[in-house]
Amino acid sequence: MNGAQDLGGMMGFGPIGIEVNEPVFHAPWEARALAVTLAIGFLGRWSIDEARHARESLPPPVYLTSSYYEIWLRGLEKLMVRHGLATVAEFETGVPDPAAPALPADLKPAPDAPQAAAILARGASARREGGGHPARFRAGDRVKVRDINTLAHTRAPRYVRGRVGTIERLHGDFVLPDAAAARRGEDPQPCYAVRFAARDLWGETAHPNDCVHADLWDDYLEPA
Amino acid sequence: MAGDHHDHAHDHDHDHGHDGQGHAHAAPPSPMAARVKAIEALAVAKGLVDPAALDLIVDTYESKVGPRNGARVVARAWTDPAYKARLLSDATAAIAEFGFTGRQGEDMVVLENTDQVHNMVVCTLCSCYPWTVLGLPPVWYKSAPYRSRAVLDPRGVLAEFGCRVGDDVEVRVWDSTAELRYLVLPQRPAGTEDWDEDQLAAIVTRDSMIGVTRLADQTPEMRS
Repeated sequence: MNGAQDLGGMMGFGPIGIEVNEPVFHAPWEARALAVTLAIGFLGRWSIDEARHARESLPPPVYLTSSYYEIWLRGLEKLMVRHGLATVAEFETGVPDPAAPALPADLKPAPDAPQAAAILARGASARREGGGHPARFRAGDRVKVRDINTLAHTRAPRYVRGRVGTIERLHGDFVLPDAAAARRGEDPQPCYAVRFAARDLWGETAHPNDCVHADLWDDYLEPA
Repeated sequence: MAGDHHDHAHDHDHDHGHDGQGHAHAAPPSPMAARVKAIEALAVAKGLVDPAALDLIVDTYESKVGPRNGARVVARAWTDPAYKARLLSDATAAIAEFGFTGRQGEDMVVLENTDQVHNMVVCTLCSCYPWTVLGLPPVWYKSAPYRSRAVLDPRGVLAEFGCRVGDDVEVRVWDSTAELRYLVLPQRPAGTEDWDEDQLAAIVTRDSMIGVTRLADQTPEMRS
């Protein structure tokens, strides 16, 4: 989606706000926002890709003027309503509404603390080794990024679309975010680090010795 | 830090604001604090989360997982050539030797900085970051100024961090657009030849492992 999340190459945001001795959380509510978002995610009702799309489909003025954890919470509320875990009215009160639809029948029990620790330590790799079709490209191949414009989720940033780069390395087969976010299965396929000369992205003002790598899936690419 | 935020019944009812350790009287709860409180209360009441699991998640990222993990990996790589070779060929497995596994570190790649190459990492599309070795990302890493400019003007961004890279050095930017997570292996500073692993780990900074600073630029005072 060509949303406000796709920031690469935009201008005018000003200097980087470097903070000395930055705390992990700037307010107690940020810690709770992180924890609630992760813990409800543990129920497995949506993928990380669907969660990302919930955030990136916020209207650009909202996205750009919200703090990071505020974006997370707005995304979480959307997902909870979509998946029948809460109603908008319940967010106002913080109390379950007896008139709200019942929770999904196949909902897993909430993990307790030891289970949550195990989930964090295990992670959830998106690698699906051997799950994809054979890689179409090899290291050194020249590729062009397809000009993907969709309201749905994609991880091909605007600044590389239509640009030619070189396959740097094959990472292996990974879940295709576009498919997972749209609940079309995982469609695992080869994912590559693609190297772009900075001048091929930004023109002559770029430094001749610079390059940018993006990790891109097979479906995003065509031979150049 | 770990011990002062776990009285679940009332502790996080208070939002202390951005300047806030201990100014509970200063301001009413922010709208976001109230919003999180409502979502958390609702999720607990509906059985979607276990409060103990929420506390465990906060404690994990506030006091257990952070850049000291990555610093230990770097110090080992500097002192043990066989480990460095494993780290560069299969970063996930080499990092798992320390027990650093799990969420947002499932599939790791390590990038080695040299006299000729300076690597730096960004996520232009969201905030992808190697949690297992660096903890949660700083605000600037998630912010529009960094995400927009790291790919467009990496040398300008580096200069803001006090890192001036020569024209003869290749700057390689890595945009974490997929589920690979990148850790930069900074160059070992001169004058540390007889230091042991623990001494070395103590001077490795978070920012050097994101690739926005070089340890060689630091004065001895900054290192201590």
